[in-house]
Amino acid sequence: MDIPYTVEIRRDTGLTNGKIGIWLFLASEVMLFGALFASYILIRTGAPSWPRGDTILDVRLATFNTIVLIASSVTMVMAWASLMRSRFGTFRIYMGGTILLGLVFLVVKYFEYTHKFHDGLLPSTNNFLAIYFTLTGLHGLHVLGGMVVNAYFWGPGAKLWKTNPTWFTNRVEHSGLFWHFVDLVWIFLFPTLYLL
Amino acid sequence: MSDEAVVTAQHVPHEAHHEELGFWRKYIFSTDHKVIGIQYAVTGLLFLLFGFCLMMLMRWQLAYPGVPLPIIGNLLGDARMPGGTMLPEFYNELGAMHGTIMVFLGVVPLAVGGFGNFVLPLQIGAPDMAFPKVNMASYWCLFLGGVTMLGSFFVPGGAAQAGWTSYAPLSVIAGTGQTWWLVGMVFLITSSLLGALNFITTTIQLRARGLTFMRFPFFVWSQFVTAFLLLLAFPPLEAAAFMQLMDRVAGSSFFMPSGLVVSGQVLDVAGGGNALLWQHLFWFLAHPEVYVLILPAMGIVAEVIANNTRKPLWGYRSMVYSLVFLGFMSFIVWAHHMFMTGMGTAMAAFFQTTTMIISVPSVVILTALIISLWGGSIRFNTPMLFAVAFLPMFGIGGLTGLPLALNIADIPLHDTYYVIAHFHYVVAPGTIFGLFAGIYYWYPKATGRKMSELLGKIHFWGSFVCMNIVFMPMFIIGLAGVSRRLFDAGATYDFAQSTIHWNVVSSWGAWALAVFQLPFIFNFFWSLRKGETVGENPWQATTIEWAAPSPPPHGNFAAAPQAYRGPYEYSVPGAARDFSPQHEA
Repeated sequence: MDIPYTVEIRRDTGLTNGKIGIWLFLASEVMLFGALFASYILIRTGAPSWPRGDTILDVRLATFNTIVLIASSVTMVMAWASLMRSRFGTFRIYMGGTILLGLVFLVVKYFEYTHKFHDGLLPSTNNFLAIYFTLTGLHGLHVLGGMVVNAYFWGPGAKLWKTNPTWFTNRVEHSGLFWHFVDLVWIFLFPTLYLL
Repeated sequence: MSDEAVVTAQHVPHEAHHEELGFWRKYIFSTDHKVIGIQYAVTGLLFLLFGFCLMMLMRWQLAYPGVPLPIIGNLLGDARMPGGTMLPEFYNELGAMHGTIMVFLGVVPLAVGGFGNFVLPLQIGAPDMAFPKVNMASYWCLFLGGVTMLGSFFVPGGAAQAGWTSYAPLSVIAGTGQTWWLVGMVFLITSSLLGALNFITTTIQLRARGLTFMRFPFFVWSQFVTAFLLLLAFPPLEAAAFMQLMDRVAGSSFFMPSGLVVSGQVLDVAGGGNALLWQHLFWFLAHPEVYVLILPAMGIVAEVIANNTRKPLWGYRSMVYSLVFLGFMSFIVWAHHMFMTGMGTAMAAFFQTTTMIISVPSVVILTALIISLWGGSIRFNTPMLFAVAFLPMFGIGGLTGLPLALNIADIPLHDTYYVIAHFHYVVAPGTIFGLFAGIYYWYPKATGRKMSELLGKIHFWGSFVCMNIVFMPMFIIGLAGVSRRLFDAGATYDFAQSTIHWNVVSSWGAWALAVFQLPFIFNFFWSLRKGETVGENPWQATTIEWAAPSPPPHGNFAAAPQAYRGPYEYSVPGAARDFSPQHEA
């Protein structure tokens, strides 16, 4: 049995199933991070004092990470665009780049975290650090999840390219939408936690 | 090569593979929406039974506070019921877990996971859900969540005791069971999210040709709106669960205020957190959740009423618009659960206004269903009895909610049994009756056999009477001002003495209710083998699920169905029969 509109577009909605699915998923993700940002605002406005992010956190590392993530978004688009032009070899290069950049981001994050732990700065220290670790930790998990999916499309999942290139291209596009969302969350996290 | 050619080429071996699916892939790790729907429904029913058992234990304590419970009391061990007498901690465990299990593991899996999965794709003429593997993952997340919740009873200190609402800071300083509760909730939330995006995509993409939105059966609409509520309201609770986990495991202070004194000692936490933040995040989910509980039942009731009155639903369009409006409004009423926190008049005024507004669409739907009965030649079979009983029961639940919508009336009532009676009228004789109607109505579709009418009627009348014996006394107890959080039902308070005997009535009602579920359980299994065999359309219904064979094979329909008309064209003047199915030209 075949599920219709997995690959081809449904005429009256103009969409494939996967496209709707990923956007709905992102809508729920907006609510997830939205709730955390709302909590941040509530806790911060209720706190008698609140440190400026740059007095505790390393803005240089975060700026570097911001550039890394934006670059990874660019390579992600290029990976998809390569598939649209039927250049599978280029896709592999760009997709590999996206995964590596994600890895760089996580490694930098790892050093940031261990440095904080080393200095005795823990979630239990104060609520600024608590929300910092919660938000960046959850975001880090999203980066990791995106990397796993991308690695699947880079490796074993790429078999689909041979049998059904349109479907494979769509899947990479959806994974890209998620990746851009994760990037976007960081774009909000960076000023909120590090600069304000 | 064109896409279609590729699809077919790839598809042939895939199809052949399906024929040789083993037992595990066919019945356990199935991707077929019907098998998953039945898995969900059976899981939900088992958890409803389990949650019901927890409640029956509580009812013993409330009817006979401090009296040892014979036999069962001794079996539960010294940590829970030493000498058969219930410990307050165990009572709290039972209360918290009764609520959690009934809502998240009982009603939602049955109403959304079970009926949604089984019926929705059939009603829109789809071969399956849009994402069958995601669907399977969604069930197994629920399963893991259920196992975690059950497992929490066996950790040191027992299961969660801070109420199904898990209010901070009590929940943060509670025992290990609360951590399990939070982990379990994360699984359950993930399950709901995966299910919700699948339902929405399926409804939009896989509906049959000609099945426009205004030709949807009302049940499809109810599941569609419910899915949006699950999709958008659950993530904030997931965020809150992560934050509470951080508070408990990593020692952060999101929900812990400074200078909190527990057992005479100031807690050693950083502080600066906000206990009310948890309540806001919790109720931001849990109010839409109330509609998640009720809307699928309304959808089922609408189907059954249209079918058994043999006439179209009255005001179908206004019902649909009300449903969508209800879904939208349910996101901006949550703080009416929190009037007790002293939120200030401006906020209270906002939330009591939105709450009064949200009652309007509910009343529109209920009124339309009642008017639908008017002038019909009604067939009182078992599903119809449950559906008709839903109307006054939900009506009582809804109307008694109006005083709770008003800040000034809510404050004296909120912590009393009145609230218990109110929302149980909505979900127990309300939603659960709707779900029973659905089980009796779609059982022939799922199994090819009807359930016994006689046993069904015994089940109905027994349940109907007992439900009212259980919950009506709680209004009396509540109006007398007895707190709903007392483990001895107020035995030590003078003012509670005038109504305390009603607890005995209520408890015996609950145990009798259990007895009247036995015919249902027997009927459910007996009819699998011995029920009257039926064809594809035993109820002479109009919606598309009745075009598929009973039970439908993998892929559902022999040929993709097409919709030619609205969902409820019963008794069309001039037609040969009193029903004109959607799928017949």
